Amino acid sequence: MAEWTDAENRALTDDLTNALGARQVRTDGLERALYGRDSSTMEAEPSLVVLPRDASEVAAAVRITTGHGRPFVARGSGTGLAGGAVPLDGAVVIATSRMNRLLEVDVTGRLAWVEPGILNLDLSHQVAAHGLHFAPDPSSQQVCSLGGNVANNSGGPHCLAYGVTSAHILAVEVVLPDGSTVMLGGVTAEPSGYDLRGLFVGSEGTLGIATRVAVRLTPNPPTVRTLLLDFDDTDDGAATVSGIIAAGLVPAALEMMDRRAVEVVEAFAHAGYPTDAEAVLLVEVDGLGPGVQEAVDRIAEVARTNSVRTVRVAADEAERQALWRGRKNAFGAVARLEPDYYLHDTVVPRAALTRVLRRVYEIADNHGLKVINVFHAGDGNLHPILSYDSRISGMTEKVHRAGREIVEASLDAGGVLSGEHGIGLEKRDYMGLMFSADDLAEQDRVRSVFDPRRLSNPDKIIPGGSRCADAGWSAGTRAGEGAWV
Amino acid sequence: MGLRPHPPELEEFATLVGSEGPVGIAGGRTHFELGGELRPGTRTVSAPVGVVTHEPAEMTVRVRAGTPVTDLEEHLADGGQMVPLDPESPASTVGGVLAVGRSGIRRLGYGHVRDLVLEITYVNSEGKLIRAGGPTVKNVSGFDLCRLLVGSLGTLGFIAEVVLRCHPLPEVSRWFMSGTDPVELLSGLYRPVSILWDGTESHVLLEGAAADVEYQADRFDLTPVAGPPEVPREGRQSVRASQVADLQGHFVAEVGVGVVHRDIRTDPPPTEAPALHRAVKARLDPTGRLNPGREVVV
Ligand SMILES: Cc1cc2nc3c(=O)[nH]c(=O)nc-3n(C[C@H](O)[C@H](O)[C@H](O)COP(=O)(O)OP(=O)(O)OC[C@H]3O[C@@H](n4cnc5c(N)ncnc54)[C@H](O)[C@@H]3O)c2cc1C
Repeated sequence: MAEWTDAENRALTDDLTNALGARQVRTDGLERALYGRDSSTMEAEPSLVVLPRDASEVAAAVRITTGHGRPFVARGSGTGLAGGAVPLDGAVVIATSRMNRLLEVDVTGRLAWVEPGILNLDLSHQVAAHGLHFAPDPSSQQVCSLGGNVANNSGGPHCLAYGVTSAHILAVEVVLPDGSTVMLGGVTAEPSGYDLRGLFVGSEGTLGIATRVAVRLTPNPPTVRTLLLDFDDTDDGAATVSGIIAAGLVPAALEMMDRRAVEVVEAFAHAGYPTDAEAVLLVEVDGLGPGVQEAVDRIAEVARTNSVRTVRVAADEAERQALWRGRKNAFGAVARLEPDYYLHDTVVPRAALTRVLRRVYEIADNHGLKVINVFHAGDGNLHPILSYDSRISGMTEKVHRAGREIVEASLDAGGVLSGEHGIGLEKRDYMGLMFSADDLAEQDRVRSVFDPRRLSNPDKIIPGGSRCADAGWSAGTRAGEGAWV
Repeated sequence: MGLRPHPPELEEFATLVGSEGPVGIAGGRTHFELGGELRPGTRTVSAPVGVVTHEPAEMTVRVRAGTPVTDLEEHLADGGQMVPLDPESPASTVGGVLAVGRSGIRRLGYGHVRDLVLEITYVNSEGKLIRAGGPTVKNVSGFDLCRLLVGSLGTLGFIAEVVLRCHPLPEVSRWFMSGTDPVELLSGLYRPVSILWDGTESHVLLEGAAADVEYQADRFDLTPVAGPPEVPREGRQSVRASQVADLQGHFVAEVGVGVVHRDIRTDPPPTEAPALHRAVKARLDPTGRLNPGREVVV
């Protein structure tokens, strides 16, 4: 990478400070270190941090930064798990946390315009009075930003029935790497042109910075019922998942926890989970009263044909909240096991769930690692969590080796690299396991239309080998201490 | 472990498309005029045909782009499932519907057709097979070229094969009529699959559990009818969902969606940031050989 000289850094800082004001430009070491990492295990150091207050300040910051030939990285809340917000090549971090307003709600049209820094759950709270919510609900929804959701095409337990973020984004206003602003998509039914909105969603900040987003809002369901099913055998739990789907039921959520997860979670959250079960399913159905009751009965029936031990239906909202509390606190619980944890994210065909789970245990055992599984079983989205102590020498390397083996096992079973956390830096060099050189070159070509100089979140998603020869840019990344790819 | 190889039928299709000279692609020719006429004399090809695998337990189907939608529907119905592509004409092919990128009249209930596409394999302007997306119901691996190709009218690449998300066939599917204000219907009914309003009355489609459909029909005093209304085909207007209440003239409007069907021609809205859209075309098809004459950018 280019090592930036002090003079170059000073010139950039001066230009940004003149345009945006000193309060919007942060250069001290502590803040730079803070903005150098997300919730993954990777980190690097940004040359400086910009905290714009509105879209025009984002545009100015981008124009000035790239005018200096310097890359930039958009940042929401930094909860990303794939290193997407980690600033490589001495990039400038442009954080959206101050741009967190709900701008407009169209109740009849069921849409809202928001700034990218608004937190996912805040948006739903602010439109709740209209009986509406934003359907994608990542487990991190109390803290993650809408802009981050868009960039990562995030999912959540309720995306099984409602679809992931892309299905809920109508339009995105984007500041391109040259500092110009474009609108992608639109709020009418069929905006003309290519679906560049769809392309932007999931592009992990490599095409530009979202400064305004039009989101689709979803009516709150009139009736919600939540069931807890527990099994002596993981196979029975997995068979129940397949059975529910095969019966033509599409629950709002269908989550699974293995024995090790239940033990850890119960000790932490006291949700009332049976700690002697091999597998626990949390199933939620929503809709109209009669249909919901029918679905609950049919799910219980499927579970009984698969030797369920107990079928517990939450009697009221308090019990329902308690059941979800366990699931939603899984990561907090894991953090008590060991100082570090590494959360994986792959998807496999539902039919392969038990086979791949068994392989995950084998991999962890072979490396002498602890693993627990809490995951979106309804769509085959595995989340093995390896917990470890990085202070023990060789441990981190072991965890990464195990991680790669888990990815390979998932792909072998007909799965994919990532279900919702994205590629970022973490899985960039695994892309070749899923895509050919031609596939990657095509992705890179599309990216280069938006960002010919590769200054928007450089070195993410696409591995170096696929760079087109005509692109002309210097390779090499400096991921700082503790970084790995 | 290695990459899944492309099947020979797809390789043959790629060879057919080739890497030089203008080439067009035809599906069922139901929307062949859209986006402008294919430059006269252009050689045309068609995509491979056939349902490859339907996996009911995964709720996915792998299908070749040239397959007629009716064939796909029949195949899936045997497994109790469907893909709501809902083309206007029975002659439409899967690839054609996706290249056109217009949803049918059940978009209110099932979403946009682009959200049904999980994986795509297409032939690019260099005659190479490109795969994007993934075969599972959830996936965020790499750039979403699937959505870029949907609605691209074959100007960026020719779709060869897709993996689509299936839905269970609903227990019941029934059309009703109602004189209630459409906005009231939309906010009162829970997950209606379609509300078609002609300025006076609405046709309402409810699907799902029989008990739910009966319950809602009762509550909103809906009158059962045989099917949907006659939908005019000449013009297709795109408005904000909340603007449907203010429409004038003769129309059938999709309430909650904003697609308005007219019996007179309407101009498509101009494309926002047209230069960026044109740059995508120029980068992916530098010589303009794919479907020459067709224009997606307005
Ligand atoms: C405990 C925990 C639970 C989680 N659970 C889930 C889950 O259930 N489902 C799920 O999908 N994810 C989950 N995540 C991952 C993470 O929360 C999501 O990816 C989230 O959407 C990231 O949002 P953020 O604001 O933190 O983005 P950041 O981490 O700040 O950034 C993520 C990416 O988005 C880009 N970006 C941010 N803002 C913009 C913008 N305005 N314009 C362009 N690019 C931008 C960044 O450059 C980066 O590449 C979880 C994370 C944690 C820590």
